[in-house]
Amino acid sequence: MKLPLSWIRDYVDIKIAPEELAEKLTFAGLEVEQTEYIGVARPPGLRGGHAAWLESGARPELAWDRSTLFVGQILEVKPHPNADRLTLAVVDYGRAEPIQVVTGAPNIQVGDSGQKVAFALEGARLFDGHQDGWKLMTLKKSKIRGIESGCMVCSEKELGLSEDHEGIMLLPDDAPVGAPLADYLADVVFDIKINPNMARCASVIGIAREVAALTGQPLRPIPQKVIGKGAPIEGQVDVVIKEPSLNPRFRLALVRGTTIKPSPFWMQRRLALAGMRPINNIVDVTNYVMLETGQPLHAFDYDKLVERAAGAPPTIITRLAQPGEELETLDGVKRKLDPFTILVCDTRGALSIGGVMGGAASEVDARSKNILLEAAAWEYINIRRTLAAQRLSSEAGYRFSRGVHPTQASVGLNRAIELMRVVGGGEIAKGIVDKYPGKPKKIVITLPVAEVKRQLGVEIPAKEIVRLLESLEFQVKAQNVKRKTSNLRSPITNLQVTVPDHRLDVDGTDDLIEEIARMYGYENIPVSRMNDELPPQRTNLDLDQEEAVRDILIDAGLQEVVAYRFTTPEREALLTLPGAPRPAFPARAYVRIENPISAERTVMRQALLPNLLDLVAANLRYQPRVALFELGPVFWLRGANDALLPRETATELPEDKDIQLPLERRRLGIVLTGPREHVSWHGSDTAPMGFFDLKGIVEALLEGLHLSATFAPADDPLFHPGRAAALKFDAQAIGVFGELHPVVREKFDLPAQAVLVGEFDLDALLARVLPGHKVNALSRYPGVAQDLALVVDENVPADRVQALIAQTGGALLQRVVLFDVYRGDQIPPGKKSLAYSLTFQASDRTLSDADASKTREKIVARLKREIGAAVRGE
Amino acid sequence: MLDALNQLRADALAQLAPIWDAAPLEEWRVKFLGRKGALAALMEKLGALPKEERAAAGKLANETKRALEAAYHAKTGAMKQRALSETLESEPLDVTLPGRPVQRGRLHPATQNLREIYRIWGDMGFQVFLSREVESDEINFQMLNIPPHHPARDNWSTFYIADSDRRLLLRPHTSPGQIRAMRQLSQGGTQPLRVILPGMCYRYEQISARYEIQFNQVEGLAVGRNVTFADLKGTLIEFARRMYGDRPVRFYADHFPFTEPSAQMDVQCIICDGAGCGVCKFTGYLEILGCGMVHPQVLRNGGYDPDRWSGFAFGLGPERIAMLKHSIEDIRYFWGNDLRFLEQF
Repeated sequence: MKLPLSWIRDYVDIKIAPEELAEKLTFAGLEVEQTEYIGVARPPGLRGGHAAWLESGARPELAWDRSTLFVGQILEVKPHPNADRLTLAVVDYGRAEPIQVVTGAPNIQVGDSGQKVAFALEGARLFDGHQDGWKLMTLKKSKIRGIESGCMVCSEKELGLSEDHEGIMLLPDDAPVGAPLADYLADVVFDIKINPNMARCASVIGIAREVAALTGQPLRPIPQKVIGKGAPIEGQVDVVIKEPSLNPRFRLALVRGTTIKPSPFWMQRRLALAGMRPINNIVDVTNYVMLETGQPLHAFDYDKLVERAAGAPPTIITRLAQPGEELETLDGVKRKLDPFTILVCDTRGALSIGGVMGGAASEVDARSKNILLEAAAWEYINIRRTLAAQRLSSEAGYRFSRGVHPTQASVGLNRAIELMRVVGGGEIAKGIVDKYPGKPKKIVITLPVAEVKRQLGVEIPAKEIVRLLESLEFQVKAQNVKRKTSNLRSPITNLQVTVPDHRLDVDGTDDLIEEIARMYGYENIPVSRMNDELPPQRTNLDLDQEEAVRDILIDAGLQEVVAYRFTTPEREALLTLPGAPRPAFPARAYVRIENPISAERTVMRQALLPNLLDLVAANLRYQPRVALFELGPVFWLRGANDALLPRETATELPEDKDIQLPLERRRLGIVLTGPREHVSWHGSDTAPMGFFDLKGIVEALLEGLHLSATFAPADDPLFHPGRAAALKFDAQAIGVFGELHPVVREKFDLPAQAVLVGEFDLDALLARVLPGHKVNALSRYPGVAQDLALVVDENVPADRVQALIAQTGGALLQRVVLFDVYRGDQIPPGKKSLAYSLTFQASDRTLSDADASKTREKIVARLKREIGAAVRGE
Repeated sequence: MLDALNQLRADALAQLAPIWDAAPLEEWRVKFLGRKGALAALMEKLGALPKEERAAAGKLANETKRALEAAYHAKTGAMKQRALSETLESEPLDVTLPGRPVQRGRLHPATQNLREIYRIWGDMGFQVFLSREVESDEINFQMLNIPPHHPARDNWSTFYIADSDRRLLLRPHTSPGQIRAMRQLSQGGTQPLRVILPGMCYRYEQISARYEIQFNQVEGLAVGRNVTFADLKGTLIEFARRMYGDRPVRFYADHFPFTEPSAQMDVQCIICDGAGCGVCKFTGYLEILGCGMVHPQVLRNGGYDPDRWSGFAFGLGPERIAMLKHSIEDIRYFWGNDLRFLEQF
């Protein structure tokens, strides 16, 4: 909220520079986000925010020179001899002789006198009122239509106050003639961020109270004197509160015979500096007092209420909205009211939404004479609910939704009704109607002195604690036990702290300690490192494994990505052909977003690949080769067949039992496309990556995790037929990978090149990882290498051949490497040749060629028998 | 005879000098040192010399033989040396040519950043606790002192899960993990606790250079029998020093419903060193984390007795840290995953 310091000064003396004050407030939790300097120079440097202001391109600030700009008074306005539109004004500025200036201002006329103005002498620095934007100029002597003048009466624009250059600025009648303008009108405006716990500071008095506490100055109370000499209010209006818990207090005062007119200059000016638009004196008073005291007020046209009551004294009823009830509010919107909305009504119906916004029917207008002024208290949660439901915001709603203590209703009402009398005339009816069914209890908290040290880690003497709390108007009684044996008192052990009336946010020792810390200064609390017991240390296996997978994959040359976890079901449906089954991605209920940010992000993803494929498409615009992976959760609503993982069971709380939290399962997605290597002058392998590039990475991952799995042909419509494999442990498939089906590829706007994709259930994969793996002993004896070229039927899978070789070779066969697969010349159709390099080695002796050949023959015999293999060339 | 030997030696050495190839060298060796070479021929004649001449001639013959052999070996060495020099000089490389590219993989900058944070906190005894991303309103808000319709909720623009009657949401902060960590690890409020809770959070924001709808957060929580605000300051200063180097920090009052007192920690701007720049909005400081003493009710909700236990908590945004460290101007780069961005890490 924006507040001019001049207003705060009404309630506390400020003896430090604005920058220093801004810093103190910021450190105490009232962040001064911006400071506006009006007519005074912004100090250079960081604390004045000079550079920030220059950079912001905001309206320039102009420091008013105390030797050339004054409060002046027009003594006489004479016609200009040579121009109809211009006049000559004789201005007294408190020094030397009055000076005659030429002006074209439409708001002074020949014959006028007595107006107070902002008067500029020759040499004054001002903004040029005739130019667009903000151009500085120095006032020089010049002839205007034959009359020489070096001085000027100023418009608001010329002074940098507003863009108004319609006429000259007229100052209030009590402006002191001859005073430097800077002394009279200059100001500094703080824009302060009010955190929810600082709701009490959304007011001049709230800030002034903090200023007083932080700077050690006394706080002056808000004037409460009311001169109420009119006929009593009693019998003129009645109040009925139906929901005391939502409306603990309702006060009314009446002022008769008011004249609606613009409010005085000083009030308009302060409202404007605080960012509110002046309207008329009555509305302005309600706003002014709300800003000053934090208590929102509402003014009714009393006569309209009487009229609605058919001439009888009106009865104000506060109650919940009835089903289907509607109200047209001041902003011209006809609103359907929710059943929890609390209303201010009369016997005819709703007048306003309590604490939020007035209705059109009882609004004060230019003809209003008798004003009924409301100051009430409302339960803040309910106000907030109403604001949210009505999508409404108002200054009153802002304050009530953060909490205004019911006692403030008297402070605000007294201040406002008296101000209305002063600025609007008329007479205040004697007395006040005050219904107060929800009077809050005084809050008294026992604060053990030791608690302060326990929480803050600093020993603050009890006396100092008392002083800090009292500076914020807490009443503190020290409790110290008189010792029986002597007159000495024991040290103070407990403080009885009574919370002041304006506070709604303090109800425990923790709140008091926060206040003590704020006033003591966070910067004064010492710095220590924990000397507390070290907690039981734990390894996070889930995280360690996850990170291990990342490391293996980047070692394999893949780039990690982290994609959005939002998508749409439609996008994910592209992973398959319409109507085809999706074994890799079974249909599960989506975690849908109630309030999505866009149509592209309506659900949480169930698969990683769609977003990854989008990323691939985007990246292929800039580079030919993309090889990436993502490791992260996918989400779905827990179905009847979904068993919880141990991790999920362990973290489940009793609170979760009745709510069915969705499942979050970790997945791994990999995508490869483009040339195997980047082009380089060394001559690189730029053949497109294919199925076996991806399979190599999957194998590297398994090897890195010390897992052995099997691969089986996968029949999934996501993939190119015949180019996909399932990764299996026993019968459990935990992922599929292969070349993306060309039709799917096109749906993701990918170019016509092989795109290899894989998605794996990482939780299932990692569940297979054993804590340690066995390492084989190393043989000291030389081995024997022999090649074995086989011819087998085309449909015999390679891993079957290899498994047979390994099994038959037994312990002597150390290594089997498939080094060639061949079809063509010399190989009959329907057959293929597989060539293996076999390494035989014993752990206890040097093998002879004969030993090796014997084993090799056994292998060949078994292969012949079981898969009809022939040795090539035999 | 002596003259003949001297002549032979002079001839041999003279003929050896210009030889630089293996074949002529071998010819030379055969011619002079071979079994049927010139020197052997002369030595054969030694026996025929008169006795008094034989000794002197024999001595000279042996000297000549040694000299020629030495010259031969020297020549062989010199030739090897010359051949090596010639090979070494014959194929100079343009060492400025690029090397053979290595297909290197990289971690996403968010992961790199998280790992650095894990490491620093791990050294101080704070271990990682992973908590869920889809949360209940109860754990995410109510257990953290934020009842329904509380004004503090304005600070979290929350995505709610459809058809859950707003009881489920995407966590807008990692703080609900505090409750889960305390409940799971404190053994009924009997053990101290130090954890960090990293992970993705979600907020309903218009995506812009400054705001994202998803972002990582790292929450930290320490609970003990003797943990104070001074400890909070000291511990966070240690973190800041390791993360940002030795530079001033400042703490000022802030508000979070689940901590009291609450604070904001600033570190001197790492761009301008406190001189004032656009990044620190000319304050000389950067906001890096929110923190505070754990609210007694939150301790209670976590299973601790707040009269015997106290604790502090903090939350920081890793992507913001990375943006500051690397002068990244647009937060959208992170989940945009443009390889041109990722390959810079």
